[in-house]
Amino acid sequence: MSDLKEKLSKWQQQYEKVRERFPERKEKFTTSSEIPVEPVYTSLDNTMDEAADLGLPGQYPYTRGIQPNMYRGRLWTMRQYAGFASAEESNRRYKYLLSQGQTGLSVAFDLPTQIGLDSDHQLADGEVGKVGVAIDSLADMELLLADIPLDKVSTSMTINAPALVLMAMYMAVAEKQDVDWSKLKGTIQNDILKEYVARGTYIFPPEQSLKIITDIFAFCADNVPNWNTISISGYHIREAGADAVQEVAFTLANAICYVEHALEAGMAVDDFAPRLSFFFNAHSNFFEEVAKFRAARKLWAEVMKERFGAENQKSLLLRFHTQTAGSTLTAQQSDNNVVRVALQALSAVLGGTQSLHTNSRDEALALPSEDSVRIALRTQQIIAHETGSADVVDPLGGSYYLESLTDSICKGAQELIERIDKMGGAVEAINKGFIQQEIQDSAYKYQLSVEHKDQIVVGVNAFETEGVPPADLLEVDPEVQKNQSEKIKSLKQKRDTEQVNKALEAVAAAAKTGENLFPPVLDAVRAYATLGEICGELRQVFGEYQAKEVL
Amino acid sequence: MPIRVLIAKPGLDGHDRGAKVVARTLRDAGMEVIYTGLRQSPAQIVEAAIQEDVDIIGLSCLSGAHNSLFPKVVSLLKEKGAEDIKVFGGGVIPDSDIPKLKEAGIVHVFTPGSSLEKIVAAVRDCVQDNE
Repeated sequence: MSDLKEKLSKWQQQYEKVRERFPERKEKFTTSSEIPVEPVYTSLDNTMDEAADLGLPGQYPYTRGIQPNMYRGRLWTMRQYAGFASAEESNRRYKYLLSQGQTGLSVAFDLPTQIGLDSDHQLADGEVGKVGVAIDSLADMELLLADIPLDKVSTSMTINAPALVLMAMYMAVAEKQDVDWSKLKGTIQNDILKEYVARGTYIFPPEQSLKIITDIFAFCADNVPNWNTISISGYHIREAGADAVQEVAFTLANAICYVEHALEAGMAVDDFAPRLSFFFNAHSNFFEEVAKFRAARKLWAEVMKERFGAENQKSLLLRFHTQTAGSTLTAQQSDNNVVRVALQALSAVLGGTQSLHTNSRDEALALPSEDSVRIALRTQQIIAHETGSADVVDPLGGSYYLESLTDSICKGAQELIERIDKMGGAVEAINKGFIQQEIQDSAYKYQLSVEHKDQIVVGVNAFETEGVPPADLLEVDPEVQKNQSEKIKSLKQKRDTEQVNKALEAVAAAAKTGENLFPPVLDAVRAYATLGEICGELRQVFGEYQAKEVL
Repeated sequence: MPIRVLIAKPGLDGHDRGAKVVARTLRDAGMEVIYTGLRQSPAQIVEAAIQEDVDIIGLSCLSGAHNSLFPKVVSLLKEKGAEDIKVFGGGVIPDSDIPKLKEAGIVHVFTPGSSLEKIVAAVRDCVQDNE
């Protein structure tokens, strides 16, 4: 050790000399979270105790991974987020993706669906089928999942405020396919708190939303035991502008809030915690991202064990999905995005993700075309099968730099979580506008750094070329809204109105008394009540969230 | 008199990072900026613009609904006799849609990667043209 110190001090002199003669590219190097980056790292930078702080994969605190052998056993699930236009059209895209070797489905819903409005609602004008598929009733869900064996695929659904209704529809389709609920595998996003601060598809106020979420936890724990009932998402927080440390901190603060609510509702931590899952962003600062995933895993294990006293090992595991960062895609020279996505995806794999979505090169311009989606999927397959990255667990573990970054992210995130705790938790921090302000400040700072060229974005503020915009962008048929509206009209004529009305009354009644909403919503869905009708009943009782805007 | 700007999010899209960054940039450039928040109908946006007596409206949409929402704002302004209020827009907008939007009266369309400096200059220019 003393030998190293001696060598290091010699190196320091050498380094200073070089720097005096040739100034460095930047005065100060930092990561995206402004963690200082030194020119070189050695074992002297790491104060951790390898056995206790780092451990081994599959062992507490799981910094190195949640399983002892990780991808040597099974690769991560390759799961491309997809959905657009009608249920029939999306069903075709899913079958295409499955035929190309994708291993799980990920359903994108359009905005009216995500906000609990039917396609014929006035506010749905121009939005139907645009960012995802339009689902108005069980009839659409049947078409969406036609010929897809629900006992074989795992399905992730990006649905939050009306998650209970869409989950009920999925379960109703399983009934029709004669698939037992216990065989269903998948995830609903169901993470309302990040909607208030980053994504915007909220409906109800926080307390009522948290009640719905707790209903889902309770009902699914008994009936759909293999389903991940929430995917607590840092992804959108990062996309909205947060840095890596903030992404970890705000995600875990939200997670803590969900756990506290479920405990308050009388559930035992080990009954629901194994079904909590997470969703992170894979951004561009490569090593910081790998460190981020490791840090999040360690912090969560500690929170569950020490703060909530979880005893089941599965409650301690931070299982997560990753998507590459949409906000880093450029409209300029959009083929360059293939390279960005590949590097981001590699960081997620080196960080030990359980499933991965790779973005398509044309997503700064439009929804991805089939060709672009195929390249994105192939990127994952190349990482999995050609690079050797999946053959060893946590290959960057022990790197002086990476361990130092992991430690810095842990500490930074812990401090932020403590600040939120002091405010009274995530809901209070959101009501105060604290989390929103933090995210916006980071977004603005980043944009200024691009503007001043402190941050180079290839093709945008450097290395620009007069480009030809790519052809073959996907266009959603503008007729989708008309077709969906007609479908709703004919559905309403065909179904048993009395049964529907009764079922809707039961939903409203449960909302008022505080009973678990799942059983009456399931009945309403089975009777072909529409999403808008069911959410309409809940809006009447629960009211709607009014956002507080801070600039 | 500082330039008055309304930054608005028409439709159901919740991506407001760009809208807020632009709002803050224009404010830092000395303009008075009002931000509507999410989920505004074209009618609400026009009403707010008239009430706040703004010189220009900036619309942001990343959901692909721009073709139906942006022109509606312009035509409603005309209907209310407020066509002196200019409208610019931004978001995930394919190049092929831009000519149609300009034809409909959107003075500028900014796509991802646009520089803040250019946005500020464009807003200044088209408001000054008006005076």
